[in-house]
Amino acid sequence: MKRPRFALVVNPIACDGHGVCAELLPERIRLDPWGLPIIEAGEIPVELLDHAQRAAVSCPRLALTLVKLAP
Amino acid sequence: MAPRSLSSASRSQDGSARSTVPPPPGAERLLAGVGAPGAAMSLDAHLDRWGPLPPWKGAAFLDELDRSGLRGHGGAWFPVGTKWRSVERAGMRSPVVVANGAEGEPASGKDRVLIQQLPHLVLDGAVLAATSVGAGQVFVHVHTHAVPAVTRAIEERRRRNLDPCAIDIVVAPDRFLAGQETAVVSTIVGRKPATPTFVGLRPIREQGVGGRPTLVQNVESLAHAALIARFGAEWFRRIGTPESPGTVLLTVVGRWAEPQVVEARLGVPLGETLGLSTDDARSIQGVLLGGYGGGWITTREALAMPLTEEAARQYGSSIGCGVVALLPSEVCALSEVSRVVSYLEGEGAGQCGPCVNGLAVLANAMEQLAFRPSALRGGAAAIPTLCGLVEGRGACRHPDGVARFVRSALRVYEDHAALHLKRGPCRSPAPPFLPIPRTARRKGAR
Repeated sequence: MKRPRFALVVNPIACDGHGVCAELLPERIRLDPWGLPIIEAGEIPVELLDHAQRAAVSCPRLALTLVKLAP
Repeated sequence: MAPRSLSSASRSQDGSARSTVPPPPGAERLLAGVGAPGAAMSLDAHLDRWGPLPPWKGAAFLDELDRSGLRGHGGAWFPVGTKWRSVERAGMRSPVVVANGAEGEPASGKDRVLIQQLPHLVLDGAVLAATSVGAGQVFVHVHTHAVPAVTRAIEERRRRNLDPCAIDIVVAPDRFLAGQETAVVSTIVGRKPATPTFVGLRPIREQGVGGRPTLVQNVESLAHAALIARFGAEWFRRIGTPESPGTVLLTVVGRWAEPQVVEARLGVPLGETLGLSTDDARSIQGVLLGGYGGGWITTREALAMPLTEEAARQYGSSIGCGVVALLPSEVCALSEVSRVVSYLEGEGAGQCGPCVNGLAVLANAMEQLAFRPSALRGGAAAIPTLCGLVEGRGACRHPDGVARFVRSALRVYEDHAALHLKRGPCRSPAPPFLPIPRTARRKGAR
């Protein structure tokens, strides 16, 4: 069986730029001039999955989700 | 030969339904049935002109629709068959169909013409969609102006017991984003304000109105489907190209004294469709294709390119909702662009940070380029970077549309921008050309 693939998705309506995610996952998330996250598109590499998970659950607005990509 | 009943269309030998009347021969297909401006075609006149909707059974019509290659004429040009199938397969719950005539684009008038003058062709398409995807409910999403015509049409059909599903009207707010599909769902469920929502990876095709799979389809696409149901995919493809088949309704601004809705053959150069020679082209500064969510194309490119979605995208534009605006040479293109971008900024839903912040900065930069070029730090080259800050970062595609409008304008009016930066803004430009609704909200008033 193929291992599941994940990506990070931000809900831009809920996000108000706390910036926690960019601190926890700088490899995939940087902040724009207003402090709002810019998330690199595409699959999260396996070695970053734990960090991505932590970034998602640490969002004070619950605006960041780790979603399973279609196989 | 036995007389053929008008109340039920026949089924041909290959199993596909056929109409009882011959197809329109030329490029006027939808508009072949249009009467006097403002007057809606009655159900009797409609049945006289087109015959009844052939009795397609669900999946059979989906195959025909796929074969037709019809694409969505609301703006996204997404394959209609694929969309209907994804709603049909979405789940256990009965889907909902929305005939979308909200037409938020200020320069567009084709949906108004269709829904006011040919309501039965639109309703035929909506009912056909409902039977194809297994929906029991159709909503007709239109502005106040169309309510009388649609109410009468629904009443006429109800009296004849024509349709197997319920049809109700939902009034669209007067907003640019009213027709955006998640905003349409907001309007139907009564969410206030009726703004777009974030759907993540679960589109409204799977989970929309009341959690039901929801098909939001532009009224023109539905009207085309109603003709495909009668005359078949092969007939539909006789006009157009393999990827952009059929005809398209265009709202043409700046060609004649008043804006006109015309039906054009896809794949034919705009110059030919509009009867414009290279000489005429000299008085046109540039062409806006697809409305304010579309993009600018140079006059030479626009008149020569085959009118297809593929060609438009190659030039950073889109046929979008079918607006074709020919910008006269005497107006200042940059002030036109600036006015529109400010309008679009005000029409944002004000929900997503990148769009709220980014469009404000973008509108300000375009305003400087148009009216106070010496204030623009970094020159015109700084503006595409600002576009990059909003693209793909909203819950809906509004910021992407604004960015496309701006990027394409900077390409087409590059020389004009250089002149502004060198010598200052145009003096006493001609009166504004592109329409901005009078009801447009001012900055800051949300």
